[in-house]
Amino acid sequence: MNPFRQSGLWPSFLLVFLVGLVVLALRQDTLRETAFTGLMFIGLASSLNIIMGYTGYVNFGHIVFFGMGGYFGFYLLSEFGWPLYLAALAGGVMAMAIAFIIGAAVLRLRGAYFALATIGVNQAAGAFVSNFEPFGGSIGLSINFSAYDRYGGAGQALWLSFILLWVVTLAVLVVSYLVKRSRFGLGLIAIREDEDTAMVMGVKAPRDKTKAFLLSAFFPGLIGTLYFFKNGNVQPDDAFNFQMSLEVLVMVMLGGNGTLLGPVLGAFCYEKLRDYLLTSVFFKDLQLATTGLILLLIVLFVPGGGVGWLRKRFPELRKWLE
Amino acid sequence: MTQILSSIIDGLLIGFVYGVAAMGLTLIWGVMRVINLSHGATMALGMFTTYLLFSDLALNPYLALVAVVVLSLLFGFLIYGVALHRVIKAGYLSTLLSTFAVNMIIIGLGTAIFTTSPRNIDFSVGSFNWGGIIFTGTRLLAALAAVVITGALYLFLYFTRPGKAIRAVSGNQAAAELMGIPSSQVLALSFGLGTMLAAVAGGLTSTFFPFTILSGASYQLKAFVICVLGGLGNPLGALVGGLFLGGLEGVVPIFMPVSWVTVVEFVLFVLVLVVRPTGLLGSK
Repeated sequence: MNPFRQSGLWPSFLLVFLVGLVVLALRQDTLRETAFTGLMFIGLASSLNIIMGYTGYVNFGHIVFFGMGGYFGFYLLSEFGWPLYLAALAGGVMAMAIAFIIGAAVLRLRGAYFALATIGVNQAAGAFVSNFEPFGGSIGLSINFSAYDRYGGAGQALWLSFILLWVVTLAVLVVSYLVKRSRFGLGLIAIREDEDTAMVMGVKAPRDKTKAFLLSAFFPGLIGTLYFFKNGNVQPDDAFNFQMSLEVLVMVMLGGNGTLLGPVLGAFCYEKLRDYLLTSVFFKDLQLATTGLILLLIVLFVPGGGVGWLRKRFPELRKWLE
Repeated sequence: MTQILSSIIDGLLIGFVYGVAAMGLTLIWGVMRVINLSHGATMALGMFTTYLLFSDLALNPYLALVAVVVLSLLFGFLIYGVALHRVIKAGYLSTLLSTFAVNMIIIGLGTAIFTTSPRNIDFSVGSFNWGGIIFTGTRLLAALAAVVITGALYLFLYFTRPGKAIRAVSGNQAAAELMGIPSSQVLALSFGLGTMLAAVAGGLTSTFFPFTILSGASYQLKAFVICVLGGLGNPLGALVGGLFLGGLEGVVPIFMPVSWVTVVEFVLFVLVLVVRPTGLLGSK
């Protein structure tokens, strides 16, 4: 059966598609910046969802792929003058290579041990890059401005990076959907529910887990390169921000772990919420505490997240809310 | 040479305090199967409680620790009741996230109240010089306190009824419940004890290092490393792991820049997890 004939993909896809169209139609710089952050988190959350939601492996180090891929891509385009497209792809491939190495070690662990190890990976990667001289150590790298000239100046380059990010985010959604609808995805979900039983049933768990891990690493690498290209510099603290890893995780949980639309809605709502809290007079200082309280309430009372709750409450919506 | 020895001894003394924090984490994991992500925040609270009692009430920091013990035990019960009791059976993802939410709430409120400017406790008990090696008084006392606490924990776990109940639930919760052990209360007690150990470790640290409300995070990560080195769920292993890590922090700067310490620690951490998830001391 052709997966595109079913309706599950379209709500998420159209939402992201329309956001991009509106931004491109209005051509305002501030709107683009906001949308850039939003799309970036949608892409990060949706790619994390492949390993965390479908496969059930909680990765606290998702941002490592964003940071490492971003660093590598940025290095290529700034120091060697690679074009942005190629550099971003190289960033993605680099992230996959790193995922392969890390995965060979940590994917043998299960449950909480895996989660703990990924915390370690995150810290080790950040500390390593802060000491790695070719990547500028703790100061990081700044872009060579000639890298922007190729695209008709900084202004045009920023728009280009936005369009690319938009395309990448749409690609993440399509890939995530196809995975979920495929035999491979079914295997992943079986691993999530009970890895031993899945293996007895013929799921090649080590191979499938690694594939899911690589897939979830590729997109953050791409997104990282685009993000740091847009910023014009890259620093270890930005690239390996543990807080950001956790935020992405919260977004997935907020929207609904293991659903396609969940990470999109989660990223969107989290961003909106944070903006509101940061700008309101009363909540400005209490932003973190309020976010924590909301997360606690979700974990305690709505463990399926927004989309999970909707699916349970309104079964007739299920074919739309994949 | 004496400088190297001094640096190693300093590291070891701090290692005792790391060990106390890690014991709390490992106790909570061993009994409840919960990775407590609010551990660091609790340590920071311990630091600030000690600080406030010292600076506002002019209490001796070591007396302030007694207050920290009582308050943090109650605080642990509170966290358990609010954030953990409902999801304790729902698996590790839920408990990870709920303790992380608690962490955010504590840090968020703490930042709003105390800001993130560094504080320190200006308190000294002198130091003594032994053949050129300088022992700082506060660090010696902290190490001593850590040993006393470890001893007390051991006696509690092995020779009192509630302590035995904790070990029973840790071993097999279903069987313990069949024997009439009220497991919810035991879990609450374990979490309270774990939280207390974190807060005390925080209080001890605050007597010799400056700190902010965010300082807990890095100690929490060290505590993870130590737990894994010593074997998750093994309190004695936690103390040994603490000493090992403290010693490492004393030794590594001799051979490479200080900033590499974290890299070494976490590479070791991941390696041990992968090669021997039961810890260096744990049984196979």
